[in-house]
Amino acid sequence: MDGFWIILSGTLIAISCGLLGAYLVLRKMAMVGDAISHAVLPGIVLAYLFSGSRETIPMLIGAAVLGVLTTVLIELFYKQARLQIDASIGITFTWLFAIGIILISVFAGQVDLDQDCVLYGEIAYVPLDLWFTASGINLGPRTVWIAATLLLLILTFIYFGRRGLFITTFNEEYAKALGLNVAFWHYALMGSVSLTTVVSFESVGAILVVAFLIVPPATAYLITTSLKPMLWLTAFFGFLSSLGGYFLAVWINGSIAGAMATVAGIFFLCVWIFSLIKQKQASIPFRA
Amino acid sequence: MNDKTAIEAHNLTVSYNRRPVLWNVDFELPAGQVIGIIGPNGSGKTTLLKAIMDLVKKSSGYVKLFEQDLEEVRERISYVPQRESVDWDFPASVMDVVLMGRYRKNKLLKRLSKADRDLAAEALEKVNMLEYSNRQISQLSGGQQQRVFIARSLAQGADLYIMDEPFVGVDAATEEAIMLLMQEMKKEGKTVVVVHHDLQTAKLYFDWIVLLNTRLVASGPKDQIFNEALLQEAYGGKLNVLSKVGELIKEKDFPVREK
Repeated sequence: MDGFWIILSGTLIAISCGLLGAYLVLRKMAMVGDAISHAVLPGIVLAYLFSGSRETIPMLIGAAVLGVLTTVLIELFYKQARLQIDASIGITFTWLFAIGIILISVFAGQVDLDQDCVLYGEIAYVPLDLWFTASGINLGPRTVWIAATLLLLILTFIYFGRRGLFITTFNEEYAKALGLNVAFWHYALMGSVSLTTVVSFESVGAILVVAFLIVPPATAYLITTSLKPMLWLTAFFGFLSSLGGYFLAVWINGSIAGAMATVAGIFFLCVWIFSLIKQKQASIPFRA
Repeated sequence: MNDKTAIEAHNLTVSYNRRPVLWNVDFELPAGQVIGIIGPNGSGKTTLLKAIMDLVKKSSGYVKLFEQDLEEVRERISYVPQRESVDWDFPASVMDVVLMGRYRKNKLLKRLSKADRDLAAEALEKVNMLEYSNRQISQLSGGQQQRVFIARSLAQGADLYIMDEPFVGVDAATEEAIMLLMQEMKKEGKTVVVVHHDLQTAKLYFDWIVLLNTRLVASGPKDQIFNEALLQEAYGGKLNVLSKVGELIKEKDFPVREK
């Protein structure tokens, strides 16, 4: 049963991350998720200092605020200071992460925070954190409920926003010329990425979140010719990575999050080699 | 509604990092004509189009379209960006891209109608690309990509079309097709404004010419514009044999620069 819950929560989070990640990859902003997962540290420390507790909710709020701030700063440096997008991502998150570290070291006496523990959840503990109703009925792991709610939100956003996301990702200038609110779509996407990152790494760990954001969509990108199948395949690869990763971890008796990220990478390699072979086959008739 | 003037620019100045790219540009362009905006590299042609479409910040001045602000007449204006400005490896089909021409601000969340799809198909037909509807855009040649961009614009059903370098990097057949299409649009009473860099063909393609080199050099019917003095002023000393050789080399180099 534990295995089932771990695979289920892994899959739910993989799909949420992957669907948003597909748009990030196409916008050439794949590392935004990585940036957010680091940049939220000062938010978590400040939330702890103000609330004085290690409750999840204030920390999530602190992290979410910093997540959105991160995307705003990245955009600001990119548009106003005319930096390259990758440079502006790099500056923003190292700076915010450093502030977080300073905050921890300055308030070290008062802050009983282990950043690894606060920042990085571990998917292996998912089945331990159960959710009970007032009358004591076991509803299953809390993470699964959170991840399912998150996925529902993301699916709603992507379903209704598919045209807005498509046109602003493919050709922002043209979208602007049509009079569409380009900034709204940018921040709606970035806000969703921020929320997803923060909610997910609390339960499955930062590395796995970043891996799920980038690797399944990048894999799907290699072998699809339009956006819809790319999103479906992304979800499918996310599921396969969770499933395969869990069994790999059991087999080698190692880290589950690590194994899931590894399997996602292995799928990417396999698909890449497959697409190379296919390309070669396809090009033979032209050469002859 | 007075539709004699398609575009009026007054005192238009645009700068990047305090360096003016357009300086005090002032003109009125007539409606129902095919208009070419000509000038050497870096003369602000693309910036002028972006200023018209409100895509760059103006340092001063204003632009009126059909004597109104852009926001009030947006439905009547269509913009064709430079082909190189997007990633053609994007996972999308030709039809997906052309349908964008039917996206509207207040019905973006709603499903596209059958009428929208018909208009998109009709637009593809006009550029002879209907049979490529389902093809992925990465499999298109440069000329086909340009036709898709123009079809997307046609699908908008606008009155004024603003095209940025539609003739760059396209094959001869596409160039011919675009030219014929522009003439057809003119017959339907549409206005077409095109950024173009080739002086030789400019005289053939356009009725009205705007000569630009950061400042406005001249704007008028082509017969008045094509004289040595004005061209010399726009192109400076560059209009000699050597610069033509340079142009030729650049043309040859184009496929290499493209990737």
